[in-house]
Amino acid sequence: MAHIQLDSDSLEKETTTLNLGPTHPATHGVFQNVLEMDGERIVSAVSTIGYIHRAFEKIAEHRPYYQITPLTDRLNYCSSPINNFGWHLTVEKLLNIETPKRVDYMRIIIMELARISDHLICNGILGVDTGAFTGFLYLMQERENIYEIYEEICGARLTTNFGRVGGFERDFNDIAILKTKKFLATFPKIMRSFEELFNRNRIFIDRTVGVGAISAEKALNYGFTGPCLRATGIDYDVRTANPYSSYNEFDFEIPVGTNGDTYDRYMVRNEEIWQSLRLIEQALAKMEKEPKGIFHADVPAYYLPEKQDVYANMEALIYHFKIVMGEVDMPKGELYHAVEGGNGELGFYLISEGGRSPYRLHFRRPCFIIYQAFAEIAKGSLLSDAIVTMSSLNVIAGELDA
Amino acid sequence: MAIATENLIADLQSTFGTALSNFEEPYGLLTFQTNKDSIIPVLKYLNENETYRFRFLTDVCAVHYPTTKELAVVYHVQSMENNFRLRIKVFIPESNPKIPTATVLYESANWQERETYDFYGVIFEGHPNLVRILNVDDMVAFPMRKEHPLEDPNRIDKNDTYFGR
Amino acid sequence: MSEIKIVSAPEGIEGAGFFATRLDKVVGLARSHSLWPLPFATSCCGIEFMATMGSHYDFARFGSERPSFSPRQADLLMVMGTIAKKMGPVLKQVYLQMAEPRWVIAVGACASSGGIFDTYSVMQGIDEIIPVDVYVPGCPPRPEAIIDGFNRIQDLVKSESMRRRNSPEYQALMTNYGIK
Repeated sequence: MAHIQLDSDSLEKETTTLNLGPTHPATHGVFQNVLEMDGERIVSAVSTIGYIHRAFEKIAEHRPYYQITPLTDRLNYCSSPINNFGWHLTVEKLLNIETPKRVDYMRIIIMELARISDHLICNGILGVDTGAFTGFLYLMQERENIYEIYEEICGARLTTNFGRVGGFERDFNDIAILKTKKFLATFPKIMRSFEELFNRNRIFIDRTVGVGAISAEKALNYGFTGPCLRATGIDYDVRTANPYSSYNEFDFEIPVGTNGDTYDRYMVRNEEIWQSLRLIEQALAKMEKEPKGIFHADVPAYYLPEKQDVYANMEALIYHFKIVMGEVDMPKGELYHAVEGGNGELGFYLISEGGRSPYRLHFRRPCFIIYQAFAEIAKGSLLSDAIVTMSSLNVIAGELDA
Repeated sequence: MAIATENLIADLQSTFGTALSNFEEPYGLLTFQTNKDSIIPVLKYLNENETYRFRFLTDVCAVHYPTTKELAVVYHVQSMENNFRLRIKVFIPESNPKIPTATVLYESANWQERETYDFYGVIFEGHPNLVRILNVDDMVAFPMRKEHPLEDPNRIDKNDTYFGR
Repeated sequence: MSEIKIVSAPEGIEGAGFFATRLDKVVGLARSHSLWPLPFATSCCGIEFMATMGSHYDFARFGSERPSFSPRQADLLMVMGTIAKKMGPVLKQVYLQMAEPRWVIAVGACASSGGIFDTYSVMQGIDEIIPVDVYVPGCPPRPEAIIDGFNRIQDLVKSESMRRRNSPEYQALMTNYGIK
């Protein structure tokens, strides 16, 4: 990395190289930035990624369609259910399966819980990076409540592998509904006390207002989506632009910021948490109006049949065998489906040539596209401001490298 | 301010003529093909046109077709104001995989083209920094091509008799 | 009466104003209850580690109140998450910078054996480059499992002989990995 010659009015003749390496407590995940510093100020930054490249797209070409769901878990692992359902929705679009309304509402409940979980980590860690550890501890406790809801339904905490093509593997039992209602009742108080700690806090405002600002035109040119784009003032959200899973029946707002700086990104994420709580309440109410017991679409060719049917019914046995061995007839087709992930538009570009595995599966990963802009945003800022900016962009290493 | 698909197709065909082909709409997303010399003019036209306003590059990726020895570079663009998405494909030969870069129009193409180069070996002419991004720097092969194996062939600890291979 | 369990003293001869026992027992006791971990968190297991450090599972009560991010000041290298081949040299460099005595715990399936990622870009287990003491399987392992792995490390630390790091077997292990 060549040193850059500095102007005559600075104290040094040339810049110093600082390696904000792959292992660093403040970079949340493994990516490297080689910075050229003029004292405390960053003159230029070169980002290196790929330290956790796990070749998801290559693996997806060798696995049957439902074995790709665990791969999608590990993209943005803070909000795995959104990735899972995005993949299931893509496959359902390929197969022209329409899920019952109750399934859509159940999916919305889980996706919004995942979105809350993702934003809690991001804002909690933003607090830690500015020096306030307390908020993080309280929010992690609330995330444990969300994990308990996941565990009740799918059995896992973090990498959930939720649901199947066509719906869910089991219905929400009474305990899950009870835990969700309890979460809705107890979480707002903790969220309000977290907001009271940070929103009007003199130190936090000084650390985050005006830091890492990006204009709306630049953000669009860089391909930003999600809270980072909404903080610049553009209200683009895949849930309202291309609604999926019955989002168009729900009443919620898209919060936008004005300056596109770290404080706006933090506030947009907080507001989105409140909107997600609204969505979960509405979805629970709508779910209770639907006839009970429906938790998957009636597609025996793609959805694993009940075990008692497999033992008694010939067709169920054949479907069970075909699905488990991965020899399901998939149609040929090419499609792109996007969902609103925790960080923006998570897209799945799928080309199927009729085989047991996709011919090509490409993940349009929001973190990968957002992180390109970091080198330009960090230019000219202080080192501590760059750390806070990186934290507020919410770059998850799994989604960055895939 | 919606865009009617037929009007868009007619307008593009009258502007670019035979450079565009294979207009189809799989699963509701308008798709067409063009060649590598026309891709940047087409993207520029779509970007600058005041009615269409395709100002957002959603995705750049590639697909390998070993049977016809071609690589397809696929661009997804969208117009947020009109809520319209578009897919443009460019087929280039494996033996000479060169295509002009879209970074002249969209900054977001920068890393996405590097990723496409890293995985498939597509050379984007005019790219400011076309080096590998996700794989190790000294890798010579292009791993997403169909002939490259998924698993590391240099492993000595896997015993094939146990794995039933 | 407090609910907190305090460790029992090692075997020894007690008298008025003195307690005589073996040095390595005392040193082992002190070391095992004040291990400073270096959280080398790369992916999903790192988030489970954050949950373990949170107040629900509370990792700090075992003496790891200070997770050190500097290898020079850490005893225990906790590798959590997938290690790709690009990351391998970085991990080795961090391990080499740690001072003896040092222990390594591989948390998660990816660190133990490559996990579900049997691909050209993922290292199939960190024991290809550094010696590992305890493996914690799981994808990701529950916080209880991570704590259990940590307790196994504590048992190893408590019972380790003072001469182990200079013994020929240990030197042979290090030479095997190319570490001097």
